Amino acid sequence: MLHWLQLMLESLPSLLWAALIFTVPLTLLSFVLGLTVGLGAALGRLFGPRPLVALVRFYVWIFRGTPLLVQLFLIFYGLPSVGILLDAFTAALIGFTLNIGAYTSEIIRAAIGSVPKGQWEAAYSIGMTWSQAMRRTILPQAGRVAVPPLSNTFISLVKDTSLAAAITVPEMFQAAQRIVATTYEPLILYVEAAILYLAMSSVLSALQTRLEERLNRYGGFLEARS
Amino acid sequence: MISLTNIEKRFGDNLVLKGVTVAIAEGSVTALVGPSGGGKSTLLRCINLLEIPTSGTVRIGDESLEFRPSVKVPAADIRRLRLQTGMVFQNFQLFPHRTAIENVVEGLVTVLKWSPERARERALALLQKVGMAHKADAWPATLSGGQQQRVAIARALAPSPKVLLCDEPTSALDPELAQEVVDVLGQLASEGTTMVMATHDLRLASKIAREVVFLDAGVVVEKGPAAVLFGNPERERTKRFIATLKQEAEREGGGEG
Repeated sequence: MLHWLQLMLESLPSLLWAALIFTVPLTLLSFVLGLTVGLGAALGRLFGPRPLVALVRFYVWIFRGTPLLVQLFLIFYGLPSVGILLDAFTAALIGFTLNIGAYTSEIIRAAIGSVPKGQWEAAYSIGMTWSQAMRRTILPQAGRVAVPPLSNTFISLVKDTSLAAAITVPEMFQAAQRIVATTYEPLILYVEAAILYLAMSSVLSALQTRLEERLNRYGGFLEARS
Repeated sequence: MISLTNIEKRFGDNLVLKGVTVAIAEGSVTALVGPSGGGKSTLLRCINLLEIPTSGTVRIGDESLEFRPSVKVPAADIRRLRLQTGMVFQNFQLFPHRTAIENVVEGLVTVLKWSPERARERALALLQKVGMAHKADAWPATLSGGQQQRVAIARALAPSPKVLLCDEPTSALDPELAQEVVDVLGQLASEGTTMVMATHDLRLASKIAREVVFLDAGVVVEKGPAAVLFGNPERERTKRFIATLKQEAEREGGGEG
């Protein structure tokens, strides 16, 4: 037991450091970028001209239908064959962003669709333009619907960043692997890594609860309560 | 002065309005009545262009737009005309993520670019007028239907529209709650607000409306002063419809039909 604790404490700084400079930035950056791509794709799919709709559907089809690990390998190991050479972190960032974009576009599309048509009409009736109605009336209500599934995606992403180890990004899981290579203690190190991922996910879950409470403060979508 | 000339509206193969012409004088209250599917709601929505007429001319004050089949009217023109109108919906459609006063302020600040202070002042005065000033900071979900509809009326009036359009404003409400909405609309009518309402609430129509237009199957069957149309209609079709409305009203104890 003492051996366990000792090894965990000794390796903790390396793992935390790897998390701080790779896992966390990779997660945050690819989620923010992925969400932007997802919003754009959702709007394109809902309101764009026919070719754009087809393009978005194709994009979502590809990135939801192939394994994330395969996507990362294609970007990092495959693209150099056609002359596109990316460093590992950039390749991971691009892979995660495109993957998150595909998933979140479907979430955002459904959330926008869940806002009653009457809300568009109410917004138009007071003279709003399409973009004013979207920004001020539709997206805030869609956001509330989208938060739980987006949080799911975000929490999955934190854990999935461990896949970046396979394309040589020295993030937290790879740091654990490196220590295993010298200590031959896979059980201890991988348990430690699992605990750290669990801790990060738990923080995000708590934030999700707080955010949902804030978004729920106005009480519900009850339209007619006569 | 509002005029709708030769308004046709087609949904696919279905011709919902078949060349309707109606003139509405400033300061008057006009009720559009008729059976469901007769076109009254569609006609009302053609005034603020939530439905774009297939053909015909819509004029509100000095603004006028002509529609032709398969000619797209620019969004800016539609908005310019729409800004002359305010609308009250059957299901209120308050913005649920904004408080009562924020709902009223929204159009003034976002669309008309008023300063927040000035908009708030006007919004408060309007909430006062509809008897909702005490609930200015309440979320819509915490208000009764009648209260929500009164806030919605204040929201529609905020930009001082030339005409207030009401689409079945009491139909989603219990009789007592409908009464508070009827009272507010009656007060607005007596102050000279131009109003057009699609309704089958006989109490609302007979108490407030001065003019009545009876629409059936997409055409104007009969129009004239409320007293004449409700008391002594000319056409057989109108008589039958008014009789059913009265029966319904009696059956529901003077409630909405």
